Amino acid sequence: MLRYTVRRLLQLVLVLFVLSLLLFVWLRSLPGGPVSAILGERSTPEKVAELNAVLGLDQPIFVQYFKFLGRVLQGNFGQSTGVSPGTSALDVFFLRFGATVELTVGAMVLALAFGIPLGYVAAKRRAGVADNSLIVFSLIGIAVPVFFLAFLLKYVFAVRLGMLPPSGRQTPGIEATRVTGLFIVDGLITREWDASWDAVKHLILPWIALGTIPFAVIFRITRASVLEVQGEDFVRTAEAKGLTKRTIRDRHILRNAMLPVITITGLLTGALLAGAILTETVFAYPGIGEAFKISFTQKDYPVLQVLILASAALFVIINTMVDLAYALVDPRIRVR
Amino acid sequence: MATTYSRARKQRIDALVTSGDEGTSLLADAWVRLKASPLFWVGAVIVGLFVILAIIAPWIAPHDPGAQLLIGQTSRARNAIAPGQPGFPLGGDTQGRDLLSRMIVGARQTLLVGILATVIGLIGGLTLGILAGAFGGWVDTVIMRIVDVLLSIPSLLLAISIGVLFSSPNLTSVIIAVSIPQIPVFARLLRGQMLAQRESDHVLAARALGVRRTPIVLRHMLPNSISPVIVQATLVVATSILDAAALSFLGLGSQDTSQPEWGQMLGEAQGSIDSHPQLAFWPAGAIIVVVLGFTLLGEAIREAIDPKNRR
Repeated sequence: MLRYTVRRLLQLVLVLFVLSLLLFVWLRSLPGGPVSAILGERSTPEKVAELNAVLGLDQPIFVQYFKFLGRVLQGNFGQSTGVSPGTSALDVFFLRFGATVELTVGAMVLALAFGIPLGYVAAKRRAGVADNSLIVFSLIGIAVPVFFLAFLLKYVFAVRLGMLPPSGRQTPGIEATRVTGLFIVDGLITREWDASWDAVKHLILPWIALGTIPFAVIFRITRASVLEVQGEDFVRTAEAKGLTKRTIRDRHILRNAMLPVITITGLLTGALLAGAILTETVFAYPGIGEAFKISFTQKDYPVLQVLILASAALFVIINTMVDLAYALVDPRIRVR
Repeated sequence: MATTYSRARKQRIDALVTSGDEGTSLLADAWVRLKASPLFWVGAVIVGLFVILAIIAPWIAPHDPGAQLLIGQTSRARNAIAPGQPGFPLGGDTQGRDLLSRMIVGARQTLLVGILATVIGLIGGLTLGILAGAFGGWVDTVIMRIVDVLLSIPSLLLAISIGVLFSSPNLTSVIIAVSIPQIPVFARLLRGQMLAQRESDHVLAARALGVRRTPIVLRHMLPNSISPVIVQATLVVATSILDAAALSFLGLGSQDTSQPEWGQMLGEAQGSIDSHPQLAFWPAGAIIVVVLGFTLLGEAIREAIDPKNRR
């Protein structure tokens, strides 16, 4: 297990290194090059020349890359020019990270909470009415553009019916104490229940919009996986031993059927991060997804590079953790 | 003399390789199962109608999709025209252009984005996958590390990052941005297949017979590795259409609205969804149906060619 862990971690470092190389190339390919990328609309020939010297753009390309790498390792990405001008680009990420964690984790929990049980039920009643309608629903769930679903939910439940707030993260009048940056958790810690409830109300529609595709995927994987596992010999053995249905379901079928679900859950975090850009934009929800949209429309490249690097790094780290968890559960993996 | 000999030898080897037990081929077998699948027929009919519509679009569109024919009827600049007028069954958009014509011509542009993005992703992925899978060793290592990193960036995020590089987005930039994230997917898929083939008996046999590397790769390994790639390509057409719509929504889509694309129309309609929901519903509905069609088709083919379902 230790050897496997070390090998996975080394791979992680390698991936992050190549990622920084790609980011460097990307930064240099931006329209106008890195200097106008940093200066944005404020660029003048003098400022360009000055920054060229400061950034060492007159030096050979590999020297430039290592300087860039040094700055990245120090967390120095420059100042935000558009999202929240004057703040360091890295801080923009940290300030908004909590909001996106609440959104994506909630959406994922929703997807798992509905996807796994429904997938199991569908597999158990294969080709029945429930199975077929769930399959059709999950296929449509994958086909609907995320941002259109978000707009539809907002239009029906917020604009037309007025049941839920259409945008933002918190009703302006509420004064809540901030502890963790996670609004729901903060309210629970400080016993400001109304603040937590308000945060939940703002999140219900974004959760549904963002959770639909993961739900559809998890449902389908669970269904396929349960179908495969329940035909295995060890399930028949368990039945022959006279174990209760519940034990067979929990310990024999679900436990084995969960392995592909764990993998896909890790891989879905990528889709969640991308979906967050669309969902947060529709609901004007102040997370990193919205910052992403603002940063490229306003050409705030310092923030954009932080967000791209951080999202990709996050995705890789989560999937490394998933792989390690997987190896812990299934010893066969470690050998490979 | 030497060349005649080598040609004769080649023919003999080829004859050996292609001869043997006729049996039912995997393809014929898959087709039998495909014909029995309702999912396949629903998907095939949707995709078929969509492709036909896209091809004949310029001839059946009643009006020019870019002409502001109904502009006189818009009282204010941003006012959509209600549906149901003679000659304009779906009404017009906020600029007085015929919505039906835009939908019809949009089918062609949407198909173009979906197909071209898939083809570019496929060609790039095939090239990398064949190189990695055929050579192995350090070529494989280098290619696959880069592929892994590209895969580590969520596809829409990568598409956006590439879209940002174009100072004025257009249909070409959308296609490029949407297609590049698909290259590593195809590369990885094909390489996995090729690796399995490399160790298989028929490749060993061909090598023992003295067949050179290129024909082994192209004629013995590739045809046996291609079926999951075809399935993936069908599904990628669907995701490309969705990703292109997302890019349009984020303002990175084509800015030329005289040649509409459904994703672009949908992105454009978001601003007026409260007052004129029909402008969003038509393109959104069309995207959902077409994406569903390609997904069903891909899934049906996947099930049909799965050797596990073979009896």
